[in-house]
Amino acid sequence: MSTTDSPSTAPGGDPQDRSPGAAIAQHSASADPDHAPSAAAAALATGPGKRVPSKRRRDAFTGWAFMAPFAVLFAVVFLVPIIVSIREAFFGQVPTGGGLYGGGETVEMFVGFANFATAIQNGAFWLGMGRVVLYAAFQIPVMIIGALALALLLDSFIVRRPGGFRLSFFLPYAIPGVIAAMMWLYLYTPEVSPFLPFLPEGTDFMSPSTVLASMANMTTWTYTGYNMLIFLAALQAIPRELYEAARIDGASGLQVALRIKVPLVRGAALLAVLLSIIGTIQLFNEPVIMAGANSWMGKDFTPMMLTYNTMMGEISPSGAGPASALSLLMALIAGALAVVYSFLQRGKGN
Amino acid sequence: MSTTKINVTITDQAASAASGSARSDRAAARARRKAENAPEIPPRALAPTPFARIAGIIALSIATLYFIVPVFWLVVASTKNNQDLTSTFGFWFANWNLDTNYASLMSWTQGLFWRWVGNSVLYSTTAGVIGTLLAVMAGYAIAKFAFPGKKIMVGIIMGGLLLPVALLTVPLYIEFHALGLTNTLWAIIIPSAASPFGVFLGMVYAQSSVPNELIEAARIDGASEARIFFTIVLRLLAPAMVTIFLFIFVATWNNFLLPLMMISSQELKPVTLGLYGMMSYYSPDKGAVMLGALLGVLPLIALFFTLQRYWRSGLSAGAVKG
Repeated sequence: MSTTDSPSTAPGGDPQDRSPGAAIAQHSASADPDHAPSAAAAALATGPGKRVPSKRRRDAFTGWAFMAPFAVLFAVVFLVPIIVSIREAFFGQVPTGGGLYGGGETVEMFVGFANFATAIQNGAFWLGMGRVVLYAAFQIPVMIIGALALALLLDSFIVRRPGGFRLSFFLPYAIPGVIAAMMWLYLYTPEVSPFLPFLPEGTDFMSPSTVLASMANMTTWTYTGYNMLIFLAALQAIPRELYEAARIDGASGLQVALRIKVPLVRGAALLAVLLSIIGTIQLFNEPVIMAGANSWMGKDFTPMMLTYNTMMGEISPSGAGPASALSLLMALIAGALAVVYSFLQRGKGN
Repeated sequence: MSTTKINVTITDQAASAASGSARSDRAAARARRKAENAPEIPPRALAPTPFARIAGIIALSIATLYFIVPVFWLVVASTKNNQDLTSTFGFWFANWNLDTNYASLMSWTQGLFWRWVGNSVLYSTTAGVIGTLLAVMAGYAIAKFAFPGKKIMVGIIMGGLLLPVALLTVPLYIEFHALGLTNTLWAIIIPSAASPFGVFLGMVYAQSSVPNELIEAARIDGASEARIFFTIVLRLLAPAMVTIFLFIFVATWNNFLLPLMMISSQELKPVTLGLYGMMSYYSPDKGAVMLGALLGVLPLIALFFTLQRYWRSGLSAGAVKG
């Protein structure tokens, strides 16, 4: 059971030690002394050569035996779909033209970059992408700063028993995104909303100018507690003596928080923002629910909605080819945003 | 037979030497729960000023209201009929209509509501069990064995951690459609069971809590690799497995896009998809929809409250990753 705590209560261990690279380096460093003599011995052995089933070979066999089931699953769920979508993106359903009314059967044909060209020239795609980027630009900072502030408050002995607060902040994360969206939709609906009577006349949560902010509130509500727990875990790994020393040197509580704690949780912040960027790119549940009540939002309000409806034939052009091209384009943009962000952050750190 | 018995006792002793016996585990857990609930006494140098305390408590209380009030409203709304929802004070109970809401929830869903909840339980549990076992095996392999292609596998899995999963759903649908697996329970369970984050956690935990000496000792005793894994390693990794299971379970329960694409028959819908369909009916009983939403999240909330410390251990392992 002590293992449960080890990641959080072992601040002595350098965090770097747990990074995958370090894990491998460590392992091979510890394994090599074992290998080297046996390998050398095997090489020098003049007797019946194959007698030494070296540790290396046994390790390779056992390692793969344990790895293989996940590797197969991973291939089915991650690699094959990526390959399939790359292949599909270059194909399209083209009518043969020989039918009774000029349409005829459709055949699958290689269409080169035509699907990508359609996707790139699709104004709805870029409009949706613009909405998502705008959404991310205000939702992510609000959520991350809010989560950090709550974590700092819970970590500063302001309350003696933080458990209740921690649970209530995390509670919304237990509610599936689509159910949270349904709930908030009713909270925004004028006839039902318990808030609207208290708000100024004419407040509308679902007008074209406010709907993005209303959806941002849904995701902030759901994920702030989750991010707060990430920050809290990082804060609790910082040795307390650091704060005591700073206080004895005359730093105020606020200075300790801003000058010591915040810089030390930058790694966690980087991770939280990256995960949020990746999450926002795929924004789907909230706009789908909101569009159900606001038909002006259409079927392409966000790129993920556009992709889904393209695949399901709700939007023309439709089908696997155009939908795959859209998926790949979104993955590229998400990757580019994540890389740019992490470079900016690491650059600032040095 | 006798030799294996001896092996087991020896390895058991070694295991308990490494991690504490089951009994002291429970005692430690109890002590930790006590410590978690006990008031934290700050060193005097770190005690906040009275002003900071009051301001902080006010800020925390406002935040609590923000997170709790919508859930409270959900509970209240599930007891009201459509008319009371629009005409009575939103944050308190009016006429008690829970029973009629329940009746209309059942009739609107044609009696399928509990079936949907059952489907969610089935999908999440199966994906969680399979996914946890495979993730721990892979994490153990990465942490403890040198095998060719390991670096590539680690790289690919870490890449999978950062891949926007929703983008995989469209190509997954194409693949599963070609395999004839759409509209079956495998279309939910197979994709949900693949968890790169689970492998990462398994790797971190195997690294820190499975001593090499223990594995070596078991090997010298003649235990096979499979036996070592299933009788010793899995026991040491039990807390990690609970954590991984939770993450997969909740992710599967919360997933909406995947079942939306894959499942078309009413009987196979998970509760998220079922409620979405119910809501898009023309003019539904809002109280009944909210009751369905509440009943559909209760299992998850129960899981949260009972197993919350595993969440934190998983998150803290993830937090140092950056």
